[in-house]
Amino acid sequence: MSITEILFWFLSALALVGALMVVLSRNPVHSVLWLVATFFAISGHYILMNAQFLAIVNIIVYAGAIMVLFLFVIMLMNLNSEAEPRKSWMMQLAGVLAGGCFMMVLVSLVRQTAELGGKTALVKEGNIGLIKQLGMKLFSEYTVPFEISSVLFLSAMVGAVVIGKKD
Amino acid sequence: MPIQYYIFLALALFSIGVIGVLTRRNAIIVFMCIELMLNAVNLLLVAFSKMHHAEALTTVADTTIGIDAQLFVFFIMVVAAAEVAVGLAIIVMMFRNTHSVDVHFLNRLKN
Repeated sequence: MSITEILFWFLSALALVGALMVVLSRNPVHSVLWLVATFFAISGHYILMNAQFLAIVNIIVYAGAIMVLFLFVIMLMNLNSEAEPRKSWMMQLAGVLAGGCFMMVLVSLVRQTAELGGKTALVKEGNIGLIKQLGMKLFSEYTVPFEISSVLFLSAMVGAVVIGKKD
Repeated sequence: MPIQYYIFLALALFSIGVIGVLTRRNAIIVFMCIELMLNAVNLLLVAFSKMHHAEALTTVADTTIGIDAQLFVFFIMVVAAAEVAVGLAIIVMMFRNTHSVDVHFLNRLKN
């Protein structure tokens, strides 16, 4: 077993355990911290696939900014208690069954897809994930979507301020 | 790594997100599960990008095929950041009006 495979299985296990704990934790603050662990594991997967730019952006934007925003809101509302109303036993079972069936159908679909046999994702090699390559593409071919996303940010900022305004 | 492993990992993460949305009542946890699903899709997009890159590398030595998927992931992150800002503002407003983040309080929107 090579070091790459060991890292892959370790990061996958960390991501899955973190995701499960997000759902299972009673305390919302613990959920946020487990979600940060999951995002770090996913960033590790990006680094393993040599997508360095996305790994750094994932850590900075998701684990850094968005999760801190979640923590800030949870602490602002003083929600870090464990007294959350729970759905009824039947509804929880139905939700787990629905999600499990969804996963089973798609897993069996992927398992019997002949086109995917023998295909591999390139790990450790390939230079398409480097900042230089992505920047060249982003500022030549994708300039218009990039500028439009700035308008999107502006409208989201205005929307957040208008919604959060006290009146 | 075989592409199936990445597909199964992303599917498992996505399904855990779906289960979280269906079983929890705290609006913030539901929102976090949506973020989890977005990240599962991002992981799958990067894995497919590297799969197509590996295929293209066998014929052309210096190719950038597959880079579009990584830019797509970048734009998904942009949209997710905007979505989180607006969504958390909505949750804060809901908490101010009902003093709870229970999604069942939103039942009254039905009428």
